Amino acid sequence: MIVDKAGTPITATDNVQPDTRHGVILYVEDVSVSFDGFKALNDLNLYINDGELRCLIGANGAGKTTLMDVITGKIRPDTGKVNFGQQVDLLQLDESEIARVGIGRKFQKPTVFEALSVYKNIELSLAGDKGIWTSLFGKLTGEQRDRIDEILRTIGLTNEAFYMAERLSHGQKQWLEIGMLLAAEPRVLLVDEPVAGMTGQETERTAELLTSLAGEHSVVVVEHDMAFVRSIARTVTVLHQGSVLAEGSMSEVQSNPEVIKVYLGEDSGEDSGDDNSEGYPSESGEEYIEASSSKEG
Amino acid sequence: MNMKTTHTFVEIIRKMSHLHIVVGTLFVATIYVSFCNLAFAESSFLHVSDYTVSLFGKYLCYALLALAVDLVWGYCGILSLGHGAFFGLGGYAMGMYLMRQIGDRGVYGNAELPDFMVFLNWTELPWYWAGSSSFLWMVLMVFVAPGILAFVFGMLAFRSRVSGVYLSIMTQAMTYALMLAFFRNEMGFGGNNGLTDFKEIAGFSLQDPHTKLGLFVVTAIALAIAYWVSNYIVKSKLGAIITATRDAESRVRFVGYKPEYYKVWIFVVSAMIAGVAGALYVPQVGIINPGEFSPLNSIEIVVWVAIGGRYTLYGAIIGAILVSYAKTRFTAIMPEAWLFALGGLFVLVTLLFPKGIAGALPGVARRFGLDANTNDNKTNKNNAQSEEQGTLKAPRAGGQ
Amino acid sequence: MRRFISVLFCCLVSWYAIADDDVNTKDSTAASSSIDSELIELVNQLPNTKLNKMQPLVENIAAIKSHKTREVLQILLAGDLYYLKSDKTLVNAQKQNDGNYQLTNILTDEALAPVKKRAIRKIRSNNRLRSAIRSFIAKIDLTDDDKSTRYGAVEQLLEKPSQETLDTMRSLLPLEKDADVANLMQTVLLIEQLKHGKIDEQLSAVAGLKSSLEPVVLNTLSALSEELSASEKTQEQEQLLTAMSKAIATIESKRSNYKFIENVFFGLSLGSVLLLAAIGLAITFGVMGVINMAHGEMIMLGAYTTYVVQLVFPNLIEYSLLIAVPAAFVVTGLVGILIERGVIRFLKGRPLETLLATFGISLILQQLVRTVFSPLNRQVQSPEWMTGSWQINPVFSLTFNRLYIILFAIMVFFTLLMILKKSSLGLHVRAVSQNREMAKALSIKSDWVDAITFGLGSGIAGIAGVVLSQLTNVGPNLGQAYIIDSFLVVVFGGVGNLWGTLVAAMSLGSINKFLEPITGSVLANIIVLVGLVLFIQKRPKGLFPQKGRAVD
Ligand SMILES: Nc1ncnc2c1ncn2[C@@H]1O[C@H](COP(=O)(O)OP(=O)(O)OP(=O)(O)O)[C@@H](O)[C@H]1O
Ligand SMILES: [Mg+2]
Repeated sequence: MIVDKAGTPITATDNVQPDTRHGVILYVEDVSVSFDGFKALNDLNLYINDGELRCLIGANGAGKTTLMDVITGKIRPDTGKVNFGQQVDLLQLDESEIARVGIGRKFQKPTVFEALSVYKNIELSLAGDKGIWTSLFGKLTGEQRDRIDEILRTIGLTNEAFYMAERLSHGQKQWLEIGMLLAAEPRVLLVDEPVAGMTGQETERTAELLTSLAGEHSVVVVEHDMAFVRSIARTVTVLHQGSVLAEGSMSEVQSNPEVIKVYLGEDSGEDSGDDNSEGYPSESGEEYIEASSSKEG
Repeated sequence: MNMKTTHTFVEIIRKMSHLHIVVGTLFVATIYVSFCNLAFAESSFLHVSDYTVSLFGKYLCYALLALAVDLVWGYCGILSLGHGAFFGLGGYAMGMYLMRQIGDRGVYGNAELPDFMVFLNWTELPWYWAGSSSFLWMVLMVFVAPGILAFVFGMLAFRSRVSGVYLSIMTQAMTYALMLAFFRNEMGFGGNNGLTDFKEIAGFSLQDPHTKLGLFVVTAIALAIAYWVSNYIVKSKLGAIITATRDAESRVRFVGYKPEYYKVWIFVVSAMIAGVAGALYVPQVGIINPGEFSPLNSIEIVVWVAIGGRYTLYGAIIGAILVSYAKTRFTAIMPEAWLFALGGLFVLVTLLFPKGIAGALPGVARRFGLDANTNDNKTNKNNAQSEEQGTLKAPRAGGQ
Repeated sequence: MRRFISVLFCCLVSWYAIADDDVNTKDSTAASSSIDSELIELVNQLPNTKLNKMQPLVENIAAIKSHKTREVLQILLAGDLYYLKSDKTLVNAQKQNDGNYQLTNILTDEALAPVKKRAIRKIRSNNRLRSAIRSFIAKIDLTDDDKSTRYGAVEQLLEKPSQETLDTMRSLLPLEKDADVANLMQTVLLIEQLKHGKIDEQLSAVAGLKSSLEPVVLNTLSALSEELSASEKTQEQEQLLTAMSKAIATIESKRSNYKFIENVFFGLSLGSVLLLAAIGLAITFGVMGVINMAHGEMIMLGAYTTYVVQLVFPNLIEYSLLIAVPAAFVVTGLVGILIERGVIRFLKGRPLETLLATFGISLILQQLVRTVFSPLNRQVQSPEWMTGSWQINPVFSLTFNRLYIILFAIMVFFTLLMILKKSSLGLHVRAVSQNREMAKALSIKSDWVDAITFGLGSGIAGIAGVVLSQLTNVGPNLGQAYIIDSFLVVVFGGVGNLWGTLVAAMSLGSINKFLEPITGSVLANIIVLVGLVLFIQKRPKGLFPQKGRAVD
């Protein structure tokens, strides 16, 4: 059940309007998650402003995906608070309720409904009543059809609309998942590594799409492709060992001594330039911070 | 036949969906069987004997049951090894009604109590037998009893996200527990012997061949309705959601649906269909006993569906009828061989034809040019959509 | 860990030793069969002795230490001792249906031709003589070299004591070396004292009897206290009564404690059976992720292997289990490997399909056994050392077969644990189960590992079958009864966790056995099933869930 701060239930059909009077739509406060004693998130604090586009970077195992798991209800944190706007306590909700209040997510590993057509995949993701009887008797309205067509055009899968999703290539699946995200019209989009497996041109289009979404929606992007991050980022948050290490514009973060120390301190020589997508100038090794893995356990 | 009529014939068949084909076939078969049973003398080779009518009636019940299992397994990935429980409950609901219809014609001549209760020295009906003499109440219970069991079980299991093999084993444990329970005399369902010696149903004698034919026709109608309903369900958005749940349950959650309730819903619907199958089965075979709850029975249903081809509704029906027919023949000729054959079928089908018979059908249809999907123009929306509903994908058996 | 196993092993060995002991003592009594010449002489005087001279003669006979002595006295006591009128041979005569008498020479044990009543004459006795004989026999038994004979004699006294024998016993008590026998003698005397003594003697008797668990003690105490409380009492009697009720309470609480321990024991033995049945599954299902519905049939094959072993070596029943365990392991292991190679490997990663295919296999195996061995149950014999029980006290005994099964199950468990934890096979198995592709890349022969693992799981099921053959009938449906239980044990314990399987099996066994007396076995079964279903709802991953990201 969805309740607001006063404890009064909000039914799913109510369009929950998060209270963003302070300009913040997502509050993550003092969140800790541990797996068998290993702290994947450690007293993490993060505030996402309404309409902002935020990039989240950090080495493998820094806890980025875990953070998204916490926000979307897949993992319950050991301690801490996660609020949507001021009044909606996300920790009280389960995954589907969180999705319905307006937090959408694209997974690191693209997951679409393989046995359904691309069209059906998007149809299922459309915002609206998710109840059983509506699903059984409801029909698509003309408006909804138009919306689906529009999304198909946006993600470039109009011709593949009636393919089974399993036939799609990896990159197409990424797009489809983004399309599903769009269809849900969420207030907050959590996007985990959207451009992995895309060509340079497609990466560019994704960047455009995400930037255009910001403003109306709040977008949180996790990405290892630094060129991509640079091209879209206004604010960047660096995660390290489960907590925020630095926050600011790309150049601020890059010049932050802590960040440099953590990323370049040990094995700065490693340069993964081969990962670099075409169309983006290859810069110094410092750009590719993902090269230094600080996974522990 | 000249070229043109052949062509139009092919066109017609192409345009027909499997819903039309199945319901049409059922209709024709029912008319044929009824006509041949009534119109021809017993000596005529066209005559369909009363025994055969009952046998077909039984097969149709199985088909109904298979349809129920296919709904949850083929479409939703819930491999239920306990659907016999719902079948049995429906059967017992009907059996109780039929017991009460015996009235004072039983061995002990007690108008109120069924024989076995008199035998146990019971003096009054247990409370849960209340209302069992009413036809309407019986019809209600046929839906409600399996429905409630499925609902309670489903709420418990699906809400705590038990799935896959665990769920299968739990369903098996469920039917096993019911079997043990129904074997007990104290349960008030006739213990070992179950309920039998029925005399009449809604005033019609069960010994009368016409009643048997009537039951057969009713079963055929029930199957047609169930088929239509199931077809509607799987074609609806709800159908898409349960299929999505089968393949990626957690993803469905992140889209905003509550898959657990969808699962409970489809599980309950399926249980009710199974209950109806059980209820129609009992008057046609004349007995219901706890053996119906045995895990082996439930697994046999799964074989029907696997062999017929899950994730297609007609596959389930074909499987149920073919395997049951094979069983009848086999057990008549060489009874020992039946389990060998059944076991072998299991292994072969899962190894070689994971899509079952229905999976092989489109290929056959294509060869004869009857398949709607042979035209290549896939961008045409209707065509493509029917491909989607079509049976080309062999689903993996469940949500792993 | 290693220490634990060695302790276990010692236990096992000592059990064998005890079992052997029993056999030996029996042998030794049978062996000393040469008959004392003195005895022959005395016995042969019997026909010529008058009744009033009998007593001293019998006393002399009783004084001779020979196994025959007791036999002769016993026959005399029963009134079956006759002599042939013709040559005065002493015989044991039993009347036959046709009126003739069947004769056995009491000294040589040879059977003689049946004769008419006329040809023989009875050695007469009277009440006094008979009661004397009884106390002689009691004395012989009470002074027997074998401890259990002495114990048995005292036990008999406990049931129906007579004055002479009590006197005999009282005189023997100080000489008795064995504590158990001495204690029991003491108990007999105390009961006597309680029944017939003065009030202060009674009081001290109650104090002495308080710790005895003999049923007779409890009965006597309750009968007496009932009697007492019904009538008018003096102050002392009042005192006695309270002492007695206290004693009764003590005894009863002790009894219920032992009842509890007994339930635990039964529970553990059922748990061991479940453990044996489930542990093979825990490997194939838990470690490999393969659902083997034919697991029950592997158990059945193991049981049939035992049957065949006994059929082939009818003279080696004592050792048949020792042969059957490895034989069953090999047979079912091979069948398992065959199934894995023939079917399961084609169904990798499709658990529900595997479930169906292996179910098909189970049907085939059942039918195969039905065709080969008939659908009827087969009788498998139990070796001598599996029968009998270890009487710890009058209300508590452990049957050997259950005891061995518990020990055996635990042994199998730890052996398996060692194999999986310590051996390279175990490492490979775990590697393959966690990441097949990677393991392959590391040149682990994953196919081979799969086959061996599956063979191992099936082989252990076969061993479980050997054990089950000692407890239930061996028939084609044997396995079916265990498959659901086994799965539940594995799921309850948490898949992939052998310790979980152990805990689950033992607790399910105990729960079942504790419920049984209250609810009856069928209802107990149902309750356990329903309880498990509810439990799985609460903790879908079992008692000891596997952790990690790959799980969901
Ligand atoms: N379910 C789990 N069980 C155990 N450990 C986990 C689990 N989920 C995450 N972890 C651990 O938590 C840490 C953070 O993982 P997370 O997936 O959040 O990293 P990430 O920042 O997304 O890395 P990447 O950039 O590689 O995607 C890792 O060390 C991981 O091993
Ligand atoms: Mg990640």
